Order: sequence, then C-alpha cells, then structure tokens
Amino acid sequence: MSAAVTPAPAPAPPDAPAGVPEPHPGDRHRRRRRREGLLAVGLLAPSMLIFAVFVFYPFARNIYLSLYSTPPFPDLPSRFVGLSQYGQVLGSHSFLNSLWVTALFVVYTVPMGLVLGLLLALLAHQKLKGIRAFRTVFASPVATSVAVASVIFFTLLNPQVGLFTYWLGQQNQLSVLDNPTWALVAVSVVTVWQNLGLTFILMSAGLQAVPDELLEACEIDGAKSWARLRHVIIPLLSPTIFFAVVVGTILSLQSFGQIDLLTQGGPLDRTNLLVYNIYDQVFNQNNAGRAAVMAIALFFITLVLALIQIRLLERRVTYAS
Amino acid sequence: MGQVALRGVSKHYGAVEAVRAFDLEVTDQEFLVLLGPSGCGKSTVLRIIAGLEDPDRGTVVIGDRVVNDIEPKDRDIAMVFQNYALYPHMTVERNIEFPLKCRGMPKPERDGLVADAADALGLTSLLDRRPAQLSGGQRQRVALARAIVRRPEVFLMDEPLSNLDAKLRVQTRTELIELQRRLATTVVYVTHDQIEGMTMADRLAVMNEGALEQVAPPAEVYAHPASLFVARFIGSPPMNTVTGTPARFDGDLGIETSGGQIPLSPAQRQAVEASGATTVAVGMRPERLTIGTTGPLPATVAVVESLGAEHHVICRLADDQEVIVRLGTDAVVPKEGSAVRLGFGVEHLHLFDASTGDRIGP
Repeated sequence: MSAAVTPAPAPAPPDAPAGVPEPHPGDRHRRRRRREGLLAVGLLAPSMLIFAVFVFYPFARNIYLSLYSTPPFPDLPSRFVGLSQYGQVLGSHSFLNSLWVTALFVVYTVPMGLVLGLLLALLAHQKLKGIRAFRTVFASPVATSVAVASVIFFTLLNPQVGLFTYWLGQQNQLSVLDNPTWALVAVSVVTVWQNLGLTFILMSAGLQAVPDELLEACEIDGAKSWARLRHVIIPLLSPTIFFAVVVGTILSLQSFGQIDLLTQGGPLDRTNLLVYNIYDQVFNQNNAGRAAVMAIALFFITLVLALIQIRLLERRVTYAS
Repeated sequence: MGQVALRGVSKHYGAVEAVRAFDLEVTDQEFLVLLGPSGCGKSTVLRIIAGLEDPDRGTVVIGDRVVNDIEPKDRDIAMVFQNYALYPHMTVERNIEFPLKCRGMPKPERDGLVADAADALGLTSLLDRRPAQLSGGQRQRVALARAIVRRPEVFLMDEPLSNLDAKLRVQTRTELIELQRRLATTVVYVTHDQIEGMTMADRLAVMNEGALEQVAPPAEVYAHPASLFVARFIGSPPMNTVTGTPARFDGDLGIETSGGQIPLSPAQRQAVEASGATTVAVGMRPERLTIGTTGPLPATVAVVESLGAEHHVICRLADDQEVIVRLGTDAVVPKEGSAVRLGFGVEHLHLFDASTGDRIGP
C-alpha cells in the first residue's frame, strides 16, 4: 500500500514557492554571531573567573582599604579617611626609604643581570662539544625557587661556615647580610643569580634568531668580534634586550622572597624593599590601610616605568623584517 | 691576481662526505660556475674557498697564497649570499660601508668608494633606505655593492639570483656578466640552475655527490658530456637515454635495447669494444631526433606539447620508455596516438658505460 501513497518523485521546479520562507540572510548572520558570542564567553569564563578572584577583586578591595584608616586594635571599626591617608603614607620616612632602597635595588640588579645573561648566552652560543650541558647549567636558576636560592646564599654567606665569607676572609665577623652597607648588595647578588636563568634563556633565544648568514657576512666583511657584537649582534638583539629590561625591572620591583628569608628588611631598613614593606605593614604592624596605599603606589610606579621604557627603547629597537 | 685553486680538498660532516678529493683551478678573471643538484656539495666548496668552512684535507690557494690558515676577511674575497645577508638595522649606505669601516679606512676615503659602488649598481637614490624598504632586486644589488666596494680579487656568489622572479633573474644575469667584465675580477658562482650556468659561465664545473664530473666551457659540456650524470643534468628537456647491451646485427656491432636496435658508427663500435662495457646507455638530445616513417626505433606519440617556438613530442618506445623529441616551429607535428619511427644521425649519439656512467668514445 505504501507504494501508492508515496508521491512520484517529481523534479521540483527551480522557482517553486517554498513552504517555509527562506530566512533573511541578515537573521542567519545575527544568529551565527550570537552563537559565536556565547562560545567566546564560554571559553573566556574560566580565565575570567580566576582573574576576578585573584586580580580584579583584590585590586578593588585594595583601593577600598586604602581609603580607610586601619584601627590600632583588631575588631575596632575602621574609619573612612579618604585620600588623606595617601599624603600621610607617601610622605612618610618609611615609604620614602623603601622607594630609595627599591630604586637602588633595581639599579644593582637589572643592568648586571642583563650583561651577565648576554655574556653567558654568547658563551653558550659557541659551537663547542658539550655546550648543551652548559646551556642547561646556565638556565638552571630558572628552575630554582627563590626560597632555595636564598637558603643556598644564606649558607654561603654564613659568618661561621659560609664559603663566600671564607673566601673573603670575613670569618667570624658580622655577616654581610647584617652589614648596613653591604646587605643590599648581597641581596642584589642573590637576585641577579636568581634572574640570570631567565635572562640567559631570553638572550639565547634572541641569539638563535640572528641568521647565521649575517654573522658569516660579518666574518667576510672583516668585523672583529667586538665590532660584530656592537654593530650587528646587539642591534639585532635589541628587541630581546628591551624585553629583558622591562621584565627584569618588573621582577626586581616585585622581589620579596629573598628579603623575607635573608634580611627581613634589615639592617636599619637598608633592604626594606617596597613589597617587603607592604608585607611588613600588613602582617607585622596590622596596618592594612597603609599597606594598601603603598601597593597602589607600587602599581603606578611599575606602570609608569614600563611605559617610559617602552617609549624610550622602542625608538632604538630594531625589529628585523 | 685572482686565481683560485683547490687541491685534493675534502670535507665531511659526520658520515656524509660533502666534498671528495676535489681538484679545481680557476684562472684569473674567469667566470666559473659550480653547477649541480642541491646537496651535491657545491656550496660547501664555495664556503671552503671563503674560509667559512675548513677542509679536512687539501689546500686552498687564492692568488699566490695558500689560504688554509688565513681568516676569511684576509683572503681578498667577497661573498654574495643567497639571502643577501644585509644588515637589517643599517641603511643601504652603512651596509655598503661596513666592510670598509671594519678595516679601519678613514671616513672621506670610505665615502668615495661607497659612492662609486652605489653608482655602479644604480643605488645612489636608495642610500638612506633600509633593506626592509627595498625590493628583492634592489637588495640583491646592495649585496653586490657591498661585495665590490672592497675591490676584492675574487667574488664568491652562492645562488645570488635564486630569490628573484624569473624576469628579473634574466636581466640580472646580464648585469652580473657586464659587472664582472668591467671589474675584471674572478667569479666563482654556485647555482643549481643550468640556464644560469650555461649563459654566464666561461667554464662550467659540474658537481655530483661531492665530486667533479666535468669542468669545461658550457658548449663543450653540452656537446660532449663526460658522464651520464652530466648528460642527463644539462639540457632542457633533458637528454633521452636508453640502455641496452652491445650486440651484432648483420655482423656489425650495435646496441640492442628493449625498445629497438641502435646502430653505431665505426668509431663508436671500436670505442664500445675497447671499453668492454656490458651495458651501454645511449643518449640522444631531443633536438637531434627525427620523427618519420623510417628510423631504427618504433614509437607511439603520447603527448604533444606546443611551446610556441618549439614542440615537445613525447613518444613511447616499444618497452613503454618515454623519449622526448624537440621539433622546430615549422616542423610537421605528428598526431597524438600515431605510430611513428624515430631516427637520428649516429654521430649525434652519446654513449656511456651504464655501470660506471663514464663516457665511451669521443
């Protein structure tokens, strides 16, 4: 029976009116965009959630805290003081000292780290037997935690058993970490070492991107190794160097672990970096309000420095075509 | 003087022998083209001359000096690289000036030489540009200017035209030859492009698998290829080769192939007999073959490709082997699918020992 009901398959005339009106092309387009929009939101949601919990909310909370004076004893209500706390904190000796110490710290660590990183990368770039082992060694600080690095250096600098103190003939004297003149330098050395792995990796990657043909052209043109470095390699590395300076500065501005483990900001606040000061305000002096103001100051300092560096260096950076 | 000599040079990378027992003399003011397929070691030879690679064995002579222990910069050579190797952060002017600056030449002297080199290559209006702002052809000229500015005795060029488009390549070919004549220097030029080799070279040095196959003027390489490899490598469309065994037809020695019997001239017969070859490859240039009703090789016309100035007729022999015949514009072109016979003058045959690849006879 079914054969009778089945309509004979007739070729549909090309311009037959369709039962359902063709959807307007604009509608289809809009629906597709909405679907893609939903997909985008779905894909972004996990990272947005993490950012919200760990960045956006703390940031807003920090601004809120900075506007309130923290009570001297817990459980007392905090008092809204508006921007007046800013003037008070930013003009304080403690903050200005931290600012100065942090600036010195950046000056001690960033250029030195850069030069050493570049030197190591140039050394490791030679085509020698077993150079891979050296590359691994040079990059290893990257895999070392701040805590481990700090403990290693703490031991090396120990006045009784430290190897460095022995070499320097400083046994049984005051540890350099307790010496107001040298503590910051000592902490800087640890930091340079700690950041060296990253700088080395960045510089090595940059060097590998310099075409061999160019270096060979140099060789035939008669550039000696210093001229080759100065006139060809460094200009070609400048994007990498620029990146390393920005990243290195930000890393230095945010240093905390080595201070906490080695000096706790001392002696005489000579190593009291901004981040350590912030930590100290919150956890030792129970003054979240002051800490919040300093955190915001650090945020703006980092921002401004990064912007200045980008402006200044971008002009001198050669981006190879 | 700008002569170059390689004597017994060899070089290996790991287990790979890139250059084997290499002997080559380049005379002063000669344009020598090192020609070969990619990976044959020709660039390695050039880099050994430049001093960018050290040979494992053998001596390299430039001018009157053995230069094995002399730095590239002191070898009185200049090199043009395949990708030009311009310094991207320097202007055209500073690129050209760099080799002079490295040699500590004072500024006024440098300026004069840079201006001359730029003028010779038509770069005067581009001196302030950077390489990224130049076209491929302009970059190539900057690379040449940087090479000539030092007035070296020997130019080494590593596929300098391979990054240019076809039209520019033809034009630059001519310019390069003119430049070489004007500067009266020696050029060692590496390429895998046989047209470049044929058109530019005073002498061609054909390389295969790290060894020299033949060194001779282009016309001679074409007319008398020294080996089966050279025969097949030079010429477009390539030389047809059919392989067979020496056999007697009607008492005379010829080559018996699965596609048909190939007669030989008396001189060729003698040569084949003297060589003692058991299998012989017979080479026939496409333009030396005729299509007609008579001829020793029966074939079927498979495809006819018409290129305007010439026709390539691709035929199949009885054993299905392909043979290309080149016909001029005025020739009568056979129909595809038709049965024909291929003919040739025996004097135009090239004979090779199929097992060694060596040429048999003159």
